[in-house]
Amino acid sequence: MLGYIIRRVLAVVPVMVIVALFVFLMLRLTPGDPAAILAGDSATPAQLDRIRENLGLNEPLHTQFIGWVTQMFRGDLGVSLISKTPVSTMIGQRIWPTLNIAVLTITLSVLIAIPMGVIAAWRHRSWVDYAVMTFSVLGFSVPVFVIGYVFIQIFAIELRWFPVQGYMAPSRDFVGFLQRAVLPAFTLATIYVALIARMTRASMLDVLGEDYVRTARAKGLRENVVLFRHALRNAAVPIMTIIGTGFALLIAGVVVTESVFNIPGVGRLTVDAILARDYPVIQAMILLTAGLYVLVNLVIDISYTLIDPRIRY
Amino acid sequence: MAHATQPASAMQALLGALSLPRRWRIGAGPIIAAVVLLVIVLSALLAPLYVPYDPMQMNSLNRLQPATADHLLGTDQYGRDLFSRIMIGGRVSLLIGVGAAVFSVLVGLLIGLVSGFFRIADAIIMRIMDSLMAIPAILLAIALVALNGPSVWSVIVAITIPEVPRVVRLVRSVVLGAREEPYVEAAIALGSGMFGILWKHLMPNTLPALIVQGTYICASAILTEALLSFLGAGVSTEIPTWGNIMAEGRTYFQVNPGLIFWTGAVLSLCILSINLLGDTARDMLDPRLKKREA
Repeated sequence: MLGYIIRRVLAVVPVMVIVALFVFLMLRLTPGDPAAILAGDSATPAQLDRIRENLGLNEPLHTQFIGWVTQMFRGDLGVSLISKTPVSTMIGQRIWPTLNIAVLTITLSVLIAIPMGVIAAWRHRSWVDYAVMTFSVLGFSVPVFVIGYVFIQIFAIELRWFPVQGYMAPSRDFVGFLQRAVLPAFTLATIYVALIARMTRASMLDVLGEDYVRTARAKGLRENVVLFRHALRNAAVPIMTIIGTGFALLIAGVVVTESVFNIPGVGRLTVDAILARDYPVIQAMILLTAGLYVLVNLVIDISYTLIDPRIRY
Repeated sequence: MAHATQPASAMQALLGALSLPRRWRIGAGPIIAAVVLLVIVLSALLAPLYVPYDPMQMNSLNRLQPATADHLLGTDQYGRDLFSRIMIGGRVSLLIGVGAAVFSVLVGLLIGLVSGFFRIADAIIMRIMDSLMAIPAILLAIALVALNGPSVWSVIVAITIPEVPRVVRLVRSVVLGAREEPYVEAAIALGSGMFGILWKHLMPNTLPALIVQGTYICASAILTEALLSFLGAGVSTEIPTWGNIMAEGRTYFQVNPGLIFWTGAVLSLCILSINLLGDTARDMLDPRLKKREA
């Protein structure tokens, strides 16, 4: 078990090195002079020289790469080309709105999607099942921002239940936070719920045909105990996996949803940085989100043994 | 979806009379999806020949009109007819969808064949693919478009790169399974060239899965194009695409929400139809999967 965890953790290293290399090379291998791309059309030769000097673009590629990686490891994410503040400070200022809404979204998604999937599988081929399947197909077909605007139109403009846009820190005003966070969280949750509900249903359908489910019913257990304790626990591994890989969808959703609802989070920070070609911020954000994705999937991989004692490494 | 309802029963009877295998019988869902998709594709293709209004014609007296008899879906901030713009916009959006699907499948097929067949290459290629999959697709795509410029071509490339690893994994898994089959061993024993074996004996095995995967990629590429344009990292704004129409509609959302809603509805219908057809193709081509999913 410990051996497996060590091997699994070590496997992360090459992945992250290649991600770093890729992020690093993306700017360097783009046709044209990176300094000119960064400086824009109206830069003077002196400005270009200064940018080259700052980024170390005059040195050989491998020296640049090693220098950059060691700098990252020391926690120095570089300095924004536009605002001239350290990238780590910028991320620190913007991370909380994103984290708060992400946590709310994940909680909502799991609480909604898993019962949906379980009930759909339990009442297989009934109207509930078709409703859940229709929802999950729709969730994949409608762009996140369109869902966001539909919610704004219905719940903020027509019904006036929530403010249209904006963000409030929960520490300042918790009710205000919830009022502003509900629509973005549900917007983000739609696609995640679609994904998890679909997988829960498929996995439960596999399990519900098993002998031990029949046995559990035969010994007179209540149906909800059979479903949620006996069946769901055995169906959990694929569901956990999809929650992990679906995390990438969540990141994409965060970027878009923060734009729709005008939330000052890291998603907006990233988009603004990309559009302004603020390269240190882009590099740091891509590296961090990739790291987070790898970490989430690592934790999920390791936690399989906890939820399913049949799995031994 | 797998169940036939009334309108399809004639179709069912027809297919039954042709005595096609059971798994080739289809319900009403895919037929409706095919018709919807055909209408959308045809109206995009035929848009240069006929649109109700010139999609580029500005008319300042007619700005941000709601849907009326004159302008079926209303007008945008320059008074341009939304219905005509959606028709024209479909051209580039669909082109990006099909382009990204074709390129992802081709590139993924080549890399996947090599990875599945040559063990040394496999280890290296799969690490690179794992790393690419760890980078959020949307961030990678916006970064690529921001660096390479807002052309249709660069959007297609930006959408293709994050999709390739999934295709590679799929092709590789099929090749790994087929590689040990007796006919492949026989071909090796007979001294066939490696590339002949790859192309003639292993590649055809991957086709059913690739056709299905290609339709899903096409749908998700159309969706990604909309997201990219919405974030300001899509095809340059003077070219109408579904994404650009909605991106421009953002500013005027409270005045005319139809710009986002109508365009979003057409785009969603299109994606929904493609996904449904993909599901149908998967069920027809791979009966084992159907049993597990249904």
